[in-house]
Amino acid sequence: MAEEVKLFGFWASPFSRRVEVALKLKGIPYEYIEEDLSNKSPLLLKYNPIYKKIPVLVHNGKPIAESHVILEYVDETWKGYPILPEDPHERAMARFWAKFLDEKCLPAVRKVIWAEEKEQGKAMEEAWECLKVLEGALKDKKFFGGETIGLVDIVGNYIAFWVRAFQEVVGIELLTVEKFPVLFKWSEEFVGCPIIKESLPPREKIMAFHKSRLERAK
Amino acid sequence: MAGKDVKLLGAWPSPFVIRARIALNIKSVDYEFIQEKPGAKSELLLKSNPVHKKIPVLIHGDRPICESLIIVHYIDEVWSHGPSILPSDPYDRAIARFWAAYIDEKWFPLMKAIRTADADGKKAAIAQMEEGMAVLEEAFTKISKGKAFFGGDRIGFLDIAFGCFLAWLRVTEKSNGVKLLDESKTPALLKWSERFCSDAAVKGIIPETEKLAEFAKNLFKPK
Repeated sequence: MAEEVKLFGFWASPFSRRVEVALKLKGIPYEYIEEDLSNKSPLLLKYNPIYKKIPVLVHNGKPIAESHVILEYVDETWKGYPILPEDPHERAMARFWAKFLDEKCLPAVRKVIWAEEKEQGKAMEEAWECLKVLEGALKDKKFFGGETIGLVDIVGNYIAFWVRAFQEVVGIELLTVEKFPVLFKWSEEFVGCPIIKESLPPREKIMAFHKSRLERAK
Repeated sequence: MAGKDVKLLGAWPSPFVIRARIALNIKSVDYEFIQEKPGAKSELLLKSNPVHKKIPVLIHGDRPICESLIIVHYIDEVWSHGPSILPSDPYDRAIARFWAAYIDEKWFPLMKAIRTADADGKKAAIAQMEEGMAVLEEAFTKISKGKAFFGGDRIGFLDIAFGCFLAWLRVTEKSNGVKLLDESKTPALLKWSERFCSDAAVKGIIPETEKLAEFAKNLFKPK
């Protein structure tokens, strides 16, 4: 039976870009469907009735939602490039850091990026704490996955690319080479990977996108 | 494997610790259960989970594993000769993980909201929880496909992810005079909960409602 893989995503979303990276690493052809998040398609609502969000992967008609769940599914369904390590303890560590990124770092970083000037200081301290922990986790490795990118690197995409773009728009110094030399270097290596480079939205477009969101929020 | 090789840092009331204990029982793994004293975090805990400083922590050999569902995955993968906890089919695994995440991110926070909110907030949280129960009832029907558990004939990942909250659910029902597991609204889940609590791997792990209610009263009383 011919394999049918569809991905519902949004061009600016780090979450759907993660899935694209995983599919590209595995060499899986897929149909990408761009969603207008202000006018969600009936198909998306049918495939993800609980959250009504992207990304949703549909494999031979069966939908999977939530980027972490999709990433593990992609890794288990298609052999080839390993997204998670093989060793159970290393897998547990990869899952741990991926969870830390999305449950602690993402909200902390979002808070800074959206903060009113007077709240920025405190929010910045909290975000720096998270980045410090991440820097410690990376230690002297090239990537969180070791010599090559893995789950944690992929999930860290918004730190490596989106945060660096947004901080420039807002004019804050969240992830800098002075404060976080190891993490900063990792972010350069990460976006420099050919598969990552071709999976990222244009930087100026993302910056313009954030700028217009900030303006609308005023 | 020697009992001393596997340690679990935890506490009897914690549903997250319960998850790890059930998983270890399914695999018949001998372990040392080290209970944390309420109100004071041990050196071992702070050393084993410096990032979150929370229980449960599984210590296997001398390597700590943190986060309850990550621990359950680990147990399933290491003791692979025992009965499987995650389903074997990748799509079924994805569905189980999806619903476990829903339970942790959407459903469980409502329990705290019910406890801490003012009268109006409580009402709203209870209504949301009842909605959540209806969603889970439907999910159970779809996923179990007529069998006894989310995992099929035997308890599995999603049974553990949800079942661990049953004692707290009952305490919430008692404290608020509501029925969340109900013969008319959630008949399948009600029957499932009885089967779950009677399972050999679960027996003795889910606290008695009275004991937990007493614990909750002391834990949450204004200081």
